[in-house]
Amino acid sequence: MNKNIILCGVGGQGTVLASRLLATAAIGLGLPVLSAETIGMAQRGGSVISHIRIGDEARSPMIAQGTADLIIGFEPGEAVRQLDFLKTSGAVVVSSRPVMPVSALTGGAPYKPDAMLRYLEEYGCRLTVVDAVLAAKELGSDKTLNVVLLGAAAKSGELGFGEEDLERAVRERVPERYQELNLRALSWFT
Amino acid sequence: MHKEFLMGNEAIALGALSAGVNLVAGYPGTPSTEVLQTIAKRNPGNVYVEWSVNEKAGLEVAAGAAYAGARSLVTMKQVGLNVASDPLMSLEYIGVKGGMVVLVADDPGPISSQTEQDTRTFGMFSKVPVFDPVSVRDAYEMIQEAFDFSEKYGTPVILRATTRIDHGYEALEVKDPEEYRKHEIEGFVKDSSRWVIFPRLSVKNHALIEERNEKLKEILSGYPRNRVIEADQKDCRKGIASHGANFQYVRDVAESREARLLCIATPFPFPEGLALSFLEGLDEVLCVEELDPVIERALTYVCGKYGLHVKIRGKRTRELPLSGENTPDLVSRAIRDFLGLQPKSQEAGGASRPELLVRPPVLCAGCPHRASFYAVKTAMKGEKTIFCGDIGCYTLGNAKPLDMCDTCLCMGAGIGIAQGVYHMEGDTKCFAFVGDSTFFASALPETINAFYNQAELVLVVLDNSTTAMTGHQPHPGTGRTAMGQEVEKVSIEKLLRAIGLKVVETVDPLDFSRAVETVRRVAGSPGVKAVIFKSPCIAISRPSGSSQVDPEKCTGCKKCIRELGCPALILDGDGKKAKIDAASCTGCTLCEQLCPAGAIFGGRKNDTVQEADHE
Repeated sequence: MNKNIILCGVGGQGTVLASRLLATAAIGLGLPVLSAETIGMAQRGGSVISHIRIGDEARSPMIAQGTADLIIGFEPGEAVRQLDFLKTSGAVVVSSRPVMPVSALTGGAPYKPDAMLRYLEEYGCRLTVVDAVLAAKELGSDKTLNVVLLGAAAKSGELGFGEEDLERAVRERVPERYQELNLRALSWFT
Repeated sequence: MHKEFLMGNEAIALGALSAGVNLVAGYPGTPSTEVLQTIAKRNPGNVYVEWSVNEKAGLEVAAGAAYAGARSLVTMKQVGLNVASDPLMSLEYIGVKGGMVVLVADDPGPISSQTEQDTRTFGMFSKVPVFDPVSVRDAYEMIQEAFDFSEKYGTPVILRATTRIDHGYEALEVKDPEEYRKHEIEGFVKDSSRWVIFPRLSVKNHALIEERNEKLKEILSGYPRNRVIEADQKDCRKGIASHGANFQYVRDVAESREARLLCIATPFPFPEGLALSFLEGLDEVLCVEELDPVIERALTYVCGKYGLHVKIRGKRTRELPLSGENTPDLVSRAIRDFLGLQPKSQEAGGASRPELLVRPPVLCAGCPHRASFYAVKTAMKGEKTIFCGDIGCYTLGNAKPLDMCDTCLCMGAGIGIAQGVYHMEGDTKCFAFVGDSTFFASALPETINAFYNQAELVLVVLDNSTTAMTGHQPHPGTGRTAMGQEVEKVSIEKLLRAIGLKVVETVDPLDFSRAVETVRRVAGSPGVKAVIFKSPCIAISRPSGSSQVDPEKCTGCKKCIRELGCPALILDGDGKKAKIDAASCTGCTLCEQLCPAGAIFGGRKNDTVQEADHE
């Protein structure tokens, strides 16, 4: 199996942990994994992206444009920003909840998240939209969006492995006191 | 051996531990920070580890250990090497006894740096051999080889990686702690003819270094990581030369098998013999490099030296960009052009893409720097001012609406720049902002200089009790070391008073009216004076209650949003009134103190500093 996956969002949303969980799940299945992360200044609310390449075809962790099987977007505009990575028949799993750039509130250009979601619908990819506001309300936490999105990606069948593999990764990587919450988050999307 | 999924920097750290490193020093800086952090975390117990006050101090500590016969490592980012360049340039003349590796992380892009300097070029300038790994696995093995090499040839060695390796991840087999090499330390042996750098010694050693580096060209031609990969077809006339992360981009392009490949793992000294055998029978070569055209120049030189008619192409022929980070796509296009293949067709997406907003990084919700900047801005309204910034999270104070960073150059430079402006325009109120870690790293000589030379300026120390931008490393003001010891803190206020500053006031920036009043009072005093804004970084002090907006009282003036630019301050559903995002608000209460309608309430700041959580 060879899969190229892009995770993208806004610094602080938990993309790095999500990427490690995906990698852990794949390694658990004996698959080779390479990844690359955004670490540094962009983590202060800037655009962040993780590249994950599963399988033995890859040498570099960086994904070329038009070759990603799946984009997991933590924010509608950020998913649109990275669409050039998606291959023709690719899939997108996206959170519907926008994160307003500070500049849009303080007199810069306005940000229209609905236009982003509409664009994704019309783009011609296999699209899964996750209602992050509802998820946060039902789970009682804003901090598990990353795991909710992974669960949705597993359900969509685009990961190449299932929820139970991710469950193992959560048990291995997430501190014990947060495991129960994260396991609920993993199976939240149906 | 066991398998782990490791970040490049973690792999480098475990490689150093496997090689029996005895001492590790460094100063945090993206993308290098996790190397030292990992050594501190995975220390088998016999390694001395410190976050040094700056890179120069770190390099000197590592050199001392290597003089004693220990294996030492010093870590820094590329601009940190500028700070450490003075001892490194001289150290190359003196040499080392124990193996010493200088880990320098380069930042093509740049993603988190002031410059795009290429440490391979620095190696050439300083005459220090440079190792340049292509992958996380390569880096893990290479640092172990670099220690052996350093000891064998008595020279410090630079291991230079770039962001995509430092912050790339790979699963690899690594040694268990029981398998780590035990490096015996002989101890320092007095010999002033060896360790004291007088001109006579310099001239002798300079000649020896040049001769050694000539010999290393041949020796490194046999180093297996410098290698040629033959093309699929025997009669191939084209070659591609590359290095580092870019070499893997080249190999990910299937068509590159139609060319003979050269991987340069030691750009300096350049493996000339290997390059000659690579060039044999070729008509042209494309050099796929990031940052400086080091290999391109070296191959051009080899062709000139040996009279070869091989066309060397790359950056200077504009087939690859002269600056910036290369991407797999850019490399793929350049290779296809070079091989005369059709460009890959780009499929257009559906409807025209809605305009995307740039999302620049911002100060976090509740960041005390926001309050400090806002206090100075309020206090100095209407005055002729210059606000000289520095390197750290607080550089983000330049963004609107705060707009409180008029200059930023390099670590510690803000004070000197404020002083220079003062001497040329005495009617400007000159401010220099500097963070606590940066203060210790590089602000002391500048402050003494300004004080002694009779400048007028306000030094604003933004003390958030940590090195925030790079992930909360301790510094001399925190009372904690990299080895976890609780030690006596160095007081910034006492240091400033010891220099001779008469006015040094410490104030909590989140106490808004007192902060403004303090700035006004201090700015009115003569000479060099200081305000220390003391409030912990939000990442090391958990909030104890977030603020809320009373929609009945909110008049919708949006002053809080317009003036503070805090990411927790948003608009409610219909965009008329302010609302607070409870998930990101830390309860700093700055907006509460600012609201003209008194409509914001409920915030409570917790000032207890907690141990930073690195994961």
